[in-house]
Amino acid sequence: MSDTQTKTAPASEEGTERRLNMIEAINEALDVTMSRDDNIVVMGEDVGYFGGVFRCTAGLQEKYGKSRVFDTPISECGIIAAAVGMGAYGLRPVPEIQFADYIYPGLDQLISEAARLRYRSAGEYTSPMTVRSPFGGGIFGGQTHSQSPEAIFAHVSGLKTVIPATPYDAKGLLISCIEDNDPVIFFEPKRIYNGPFSGYYDKPVQPWKRFDASIVPEGHYTIPLGKARHATEGEELTILAYGTMVHVVEAVCAEKGVEADILDLRTIVPLDIEAIEESVKKTGRCLIVHEATRTAGFGAELSALVTERCFYHLEAPVERVTGFDTPYPHSLEWAYFPGPIRIGEALEKILAE
Amino acid sequence: MAERPPAEGDRNAASAGDNRPALSLHVPEPKYRPGDTVDFSHIQVPEAGAQARPDETADPKEMLDLAHDLIRVLGEDNKAHGPWDPKLDPETLRTMLGHMAMTRAFDERMFRGQRQGKTSFYMKCTGEEATSVSASMALAADDMIFPSYRQQGILIQRGYPMIEMINQIYSNRGDKLKGRQLPIMYSSREHSFFSISGNLATQTPQAVGWAMASAIKGDSRIAATWVGEGSTAEGDFHSACLFATVYNAPVILNVVNNQWAISSFSGFAGAERSTFAARGVGYGIASLRVDGNDPLACYAAEQWAANRARANAGPTLIEFFSYRAEGHSTSDDPSGYRSAQEREEWPLGDPVMRLKNHLIAIGEWDEERQEKMDLEAAEYVKKVTKEAEANGILGHGLHHPFRTMFEDVFEELPWHLQEQSEQAIRERETKFPEGLPNGGKGA
Ligand SMILES: Cc1ncc(C[n+]2csc(CCOP(=O)(O)OP(=O)(O)O)c2C)c(N)n1
Ligand SMILES: [Mg+2]
Repeated sequence: MSDTQTKTAPASEEGTERRLNMIEAINEALDVTMSRDDNIVVMGEDVGYFGGVFRCTAGLQEKYGKSRVFDTPISECGIIAAAVGMGAYGLRPVPEIQFADYIYPGLDQLISEAARLRYRSAGEYTSPMTVRSPFGGGIFGGQTHSQSPEAIFAHVSGLKTVIPATPYDAKGLLISCIEDNDPVIFFEPKRIYNGPFSGYYDKPVQPWKRFDASIVPEGHYTIPLGKARHATEGEELTILAYGTMVHVVEAVCAEKGVEADILDLRTIVPLDIEAIEESVKKTGRCLIVHEATRTAGFGAELSALVTERCFYHLEAPVERVTGFDTPYPHSLEWAYFPGPIRIGEALEKILAE
Repeated sequence: MAERPPAEGDRNAASAGDNRPALSLHVPEPKYRPGDTVDFSHIQVPEAGAQARPDETADPKEMLDLAHDLIRVLGEDNKAHGPWDPKLDPETLRTMLGHMAMTRAFDERMFRGQRQGKTSFYMKCTGEEATSVSASMALAADDMIFPSYRQQGILIQRGYPMIEMINQIYSNRGDKLKGRQLPIMYSSREHSFFSISGNLATQTPQAVGWAMASAIKGDSRIAATWVGEGSTAEGDFHSACLFATVYNAPVILNVVNNQWAISSFSGFAGAERSTFAARGVGYGIASLRVDGNDPLACYAAEQWAANRARANAGPTLIEFFSYRAEGHSTSDDPSGYRSAQEREEWPLGDPVMRLKNHLIAIGEWDEERQEKMDLEAAEYVKKVTKEAEANGILGHGLHHPFRTMFEDVFEELPWHLQEQSEQAIRERETKFPEGLPNGGKGA
């Protein structure tokens, strides 16, 4: 069940709490797994000497050598395809796609190949890769540095999709992904790399080290895939969210004094349906929040599941708060973003029923 | 960790049962890293004027060497040499110099504007001005351009109003692209300049498709596209080459080899083994490798390719061998991955200086006029920047009305976007009950 609350993450052995931002936590997950298993290789555009445009792979090439951490040509198709081949050999590749918006040239290799290899070879061949990629908006990146394409991957049978919301989770989840024998898409919400986001773009960013979820133990630990996390517990309604939006809904609920059961889903495939059902049956109300476009977004799947499974417990229709069905605009970024006002309206509506 | 079969990689070479040698992976490495002393003497710089100029309709098989050579016109003596000399009159040369100087002045100012917080992002083309300005001067104004993001020089050469460029960069209410695109992702149908995509290399096969359409319709216009050497790794580039050769499309595929793709040197796009021009050879495409810092050579090669395309003699691939003198973008700090000496040691010099020195050498220019021109360019950019700032800078309320966010997703607004548009306007009224700050317009 959803028992892995992160509010009081254990401190390190020396007794000194180590506080990391999400970039450092991801870097450490790569480091820890690479030091334990020399079949793990990291590759991608600018990940080697430079350490990645967001610095997530910094220092790894120096430590593990160029045969295990290397730059690639700018070919996302080639990157994913090579990872399929390496997986067939027995390696555990961890390719990085520089921005989720640039994953599309690799889709055929992901959807037709990596995702189905186990099935079509009846388990003879597998594709144990973890594709890491920063995603989501809020950094004035325009339409090609802001997208949240998780629903595309959730729709493909054979792919797991994981989205951390805290440094503690980022490390534990990434280790689980890398050690998982199936292909996993690991989307890193880049807006919260350096600190959680309240949804108020005009307020200063709080660095991660002010929050307990940045207390990251040294060494190896895992967070199982398919287990949600209770960000807050409450009786008034259930809120289903992941990534950046977990923090935004938390802040809005705190501001409005709403006692919500906020579930940070952490993995959308496989999904922690037990935790969702238990929470919705308790509260009788369900709000779903994601930054991605609305139509056929993952919220539609969640809404259908909640309606199918908890219909007789619902006291109000399920609500969705999402990004708009437009490309991510540049200057109107904050008009697009599903921020406190959109969430607040939905909260009022759902609680009024 | 879940159970898994032992990896084959666990097997070492000896246990493979024979004495076959252990394999090892080659990972390219640039010659110089931060702090290194740079010596570019391994780069072959052939004599200017030494390269043969085949007939524009020549069989690509008869010009294979030009894919490995380096077409150069301007020599150490600052004079034009050999059969590739386009023999431009001094007035045209001064115009070319003017556009290049303007492009540089524009880059300086816009870069500074980003640093001052007026916008989110900018990309310079310093050192690569000839690959856009000079090349595009060799095309007709209605030939269709499919650019990457580093060809601001083409818009300046084609006379696109600078204020439109700055409005776009500031994403303000004057921006014709309605603040939707990242800065520098221009589009101007009027100037036959295709909408720039953030996704690399997508424009390359599109240019081929445009050229095929022009051929289908019996038109006389040709297409030209620009792509970075790093981006030639994308499958799209290879699709472009194949479609171009199969349909003998009237298209010019320009590859700007500025040696770097963010932090990755050209070796990660294959440069350790061959040239980028040589990519065309395998497809049977006429392929030229050109000194990209030699404005006359850039002009001459593009003109050759344009004549070839117009004569229905097929596509050309041009590699402009150049150097990215500055960072990749305002988000990049190249001191983290390459030696600062590279720029100073670059053996092909600076294109603006070379053209200036040529004009001086032929008695058509002097330092005073150059100084005056540079000053006027800077003044002009400053003046236009001020005008554009009256339309707002990024994030200061002077943007397009919220409803425009929902327009152009489709030709017509479907019900769900209509609803979302109303939602966005309601949210704005909740946030700013007194109207937008700074006099911004509402819905
Ligand atoms: C499909 C895709 N992958 C990755 C990126 C990220 N990216 C933007 S520019 C760039 C480097 C391109 O280098 P090059 O083609 O050499 O052009 P240059 O910047 O040198 O002009 C990269 C990797 C992208 N924009 N699109
Ligand atoms: Mg380049």
